[in-house]
Amino acid sequence: MYAQMVTSEGGKARDEMTPEERAFQDRIDRGERIEPKDWMPEGYRKTLIRQIGQHAHSEVVGQLPEGNWITRAPTLERKQILLAKVQDEAGHGLYLYSAAETLGVSRDELTGMLLAGKMKYSSIFNYPTLTWADIGAVGWLVDGAAIMNQVPLQRTSYGPYARAMVRICKEESFHQRQGYSIMMTMARGTPDQKAMAQDALNRFWYPSLMMFGPSDKDSVHSAQSMAWKIKINTNDELRQKFVDQTVPQARFLGLEIPDPGLAWNEEKGGHDFSQPDWSEFYEVLKGNGPCNAERMEARIEAWEDGAWVREGLMAHAEKRAAAHAAE
Amino acid sequence: MSSEWPLWEVFIRGQHGLNHRHVGSLHAPSAEMAIQNARDVYTRRNEGVSIWVVRSNDIAASAPSDKGPLFEPSNAKVYRHPTFFDIPDDVGHM
Repeated sequence: MYAQMVTSEGGKARDEMTPEERAFQDRIDRGERIEPKDWMPEGYRKTLIRQIGQHAHSEVVGQLPEGNWITRAPTLERKQILLAKVQDEAGHGLYLYSAAETLGVSRDELTGMLLAGKMKYSSIFNYPTLTWADIGAVGWLVDGAAIMNQVPLQRTSYGPYARAMVRICKEESFHQRQGYSIMMTMARGTPDQKAMAQDALNRFWYPSLMMFGPSDKDSVHSAQSMAWKIKINTNDELRQKFVDQTVPQARFLGLEIPDPGLAWNEEKGGHDFSQPDWSEFYEVLKGNGPCNAERMEARIEAWEDGAWVREGLMAHAEKRAAAHAAE
Repeated sequence: MSSEWPLWEVFIRGQHGLNHRHVGSLHAPSAEMAIQNARDVYTRRNEGVSIWVVRSNDIAASAPSDKGPLFEPSNAKVYRHPTFFDIPDDVGHM
């Protein structure tokens, strides 16, 4: 998802736990929320920093493929809408960084780790947005997939993370609908426009399925994260839900999901579908996707070019505070 | 690197005369900028009519470990709740 393949630390059988760890697990099992000053196992804290940090980085890096089209949106209204959406993503990044900061890491530290390549962001943002229809596909599919993951996370065990998710989910539904609205306009347009919409779906379908991460039904990391309730569903469950939700939406648009293996399975009450190419996913995570280098370059440039603003505003604030104190 | 902006907690009062409510936090160099940023981040959809910001470092908080002793006095006084008193139905609404 926005946080993919997060490794968790500290998986322990109940009889190996210290009394504190056992009491902590009991609180989670009772559905209590863990708050910043509460005692927590070091593994819980570290895993959450990794997960929330990756999620935050994804929101911020996710602005880049869409930002690419702000100056080229087809109408002024679409441009304003896209600008508002990209601004929301910056806000989502902020909510999540703030949640991570309650765990004792600073935002600058997290940014530093991203820029040094020590933390990741979602694989999906390493794909290019080549046409305006891609902006529709991103809102519809990428934000749609994100919602799948974020709605259950509103019930996650860590209070600040859950509260950030509540805010994000409220805003996210605008994002998906604006994407679908672009797709509807394109799909009902000229044959060329419809072909662009189909092409965008073709390119974004499998990368969207990859967002949920590879099957984790046998993963010890996922089992630990689920015990801690910082992961609520398995990757396969969410992917299945996403496919089942998206297929009728594509049909409504008159577009075809690029999967010859797609078929309704009456017995399981869901669709059978083809897996994405997981070797491609691992390559993208390793840094070999179409846009990895470009995204990191843009983030590093923004950070470095913004340094004088950050420092200048801080110096100005300190000077004013000093003058104020001297009065 | 040492110029990381301080953290502020943001409180917003909504439309309907309710109290200011904690909505989140943000980084800003000064109180003025914190209010500007809070407007941009936390009131993009008419969530508020008033903003308070306070430096996170200036907030004093109770410790979770004190929860028991801190709140015990009120737990022990159940008669503070109206439901403590049994009023016969015949009396009507009270």
